[in-house]
Amino acid sequence: MGMAADEIEGMIKAAFPDATVEITDLAGDNNHFAARVVSSAFAGMPRVKQHKAVYDALGGRMGGVLHALQLTTAVPE
Amino acid sequence: MSANERIDELVKGNDVVLFMKGTPLFPQCGFSSKAVAILDHLNVEFASVDVLQDMEIRQGIKEYSDWPTIPQLYVKGEFLGGSDIMMEMYEAGELQELVEEHGLAKAG
Repeated sequence: MGMAADEIEGMIKAAFPDATVEITDLAGDNNHFAARVVSSAFAGMPRVKQHKAVYDALGGRMGGVLHALQLTTAVPE
Repeated sequence: MSANERIDELVKGNDVVLFMKGTPLFPQCGFSSKAVAILDHLNVEFASVDVLQDMEIRQGIKEYSDWPTIPQLYVKGEFLGGSDIMMEMYEAGELQELVEEHGLAKAG
């Protein structure tokens, strides 16, 4: 049981309203995703905190129903 | 000894330790495999812990770092991140700097 791409995007956007979120279904199986999240909220945060903030936005699904999410975070240029 | 104490000992007793699924020679997950590949590429001397062999550590490590996924890399007692962060740091040249700064490369 995985999560749909738009569900992941929706949860991230709810936590980071200004974010640009790109979700890629890596294997075409609705189970292995890559997400690139660009938000000004990450400014000044160490990488670990940035990723943790996204995991928090996903409300505990990471590591559970969402096994494979390759995450990249960045601050807008 | 509690799981937390065992993890603490592993983290503090090794300059570089990777908690992963499987072993460096036979990783059991793509993310763990990627983490090993990055460390190997940088010629880093590291200890590894196969969480699949130890359910207590598999669960405990997520609480120890407050991080939901495996692999997890610790350098000099500090949690650095998972494979995505390792890749970002590698691409930014930060991981190479860390290796040089702490002299973490294999001898010879």
